[in-house]
Amino acid sequence: MKHFLDITKETCPMTFVKVKLRLAKMAKGELLEVLLNDGEPLHNVPRSCEEQGYKVRSIEPTDDNRHLILIEK
Amino acid sequence: MGGKHQKISIVCFSGDFDKMVAAYTIAAGAAATNREVTLFFTFWGLNAIKKNQGRKWLGKDLLSRAFNFLMGGRGNLPVSRFNFGGISPHLMTHMMKKSNVATLPELMEAASELGVRLYACEMAMHILGLQRSDLIDEVQEVVGVATFLNESEGAHIIFI
Repeated sequence: MKHFLDITKETCPMTFVKVKLRLAKMAKGELLEVLLNDGEPLHNVPRSCEEQGYKVRSIEPTDDNRHLILIEK
Repeated sequence: MGGKHQKISIVCFSGDFDKMVAAYTIAAGAAATNREVTLFFTFWGLNAIKKNQGRKWLGKDLLSRAFNFLMGGRGNLPVSRFNFGGISPHLMTHMMKKSNVATLPELMEAASELGVRLYACEMAMHILGLQRSDLIDEVQEVVGVATFLNESEGAHIIFI
């Protein structure tokens, strides 16, 4: 099952806080697609996920300054 | 889950609105990145975790009741600079919302969901005549400094 989370309106620390809270509610093996802005979120969200043992499968740029990242719990 | 496992303990002493936002920002950020976080509320910091968010005559004698009424709860936390008679915290909350920055209640809720531990200082509660029932349910325990230090063994301790 693939979940989706838009954190483009969030700022630090709620960017990675919201990702963490959503991942906590998911089952192991499920996917989470996160839409985020360039800069702090793009730098911190994938890193914090990897530090916690989640797998960042892909990071794709969308339009200006936004990215879609796919995380596997 | 893998990754580093570090501990952070924050002493919430000041009870200023802006400093409480800073404490909860660090707490939520640290907990979201897999750190074990403890907040220890003492003296003015206790105002942020009173169940009643406004002014209330809490306490057991005239002085403690007057202190608690004047200090109030989370809704009365002053900004550490340019408080302007209590208007600034409301203006700042408005500015935070406008900038999509999490407000203090949002940060407190996130911290709670992330399992941040809240301790209240027994000694300061005794001075201010506060009971456990005067504090929000999220407070895990009323403890002394020895327990706080034991729980913070190996942790970074931050004083705010």
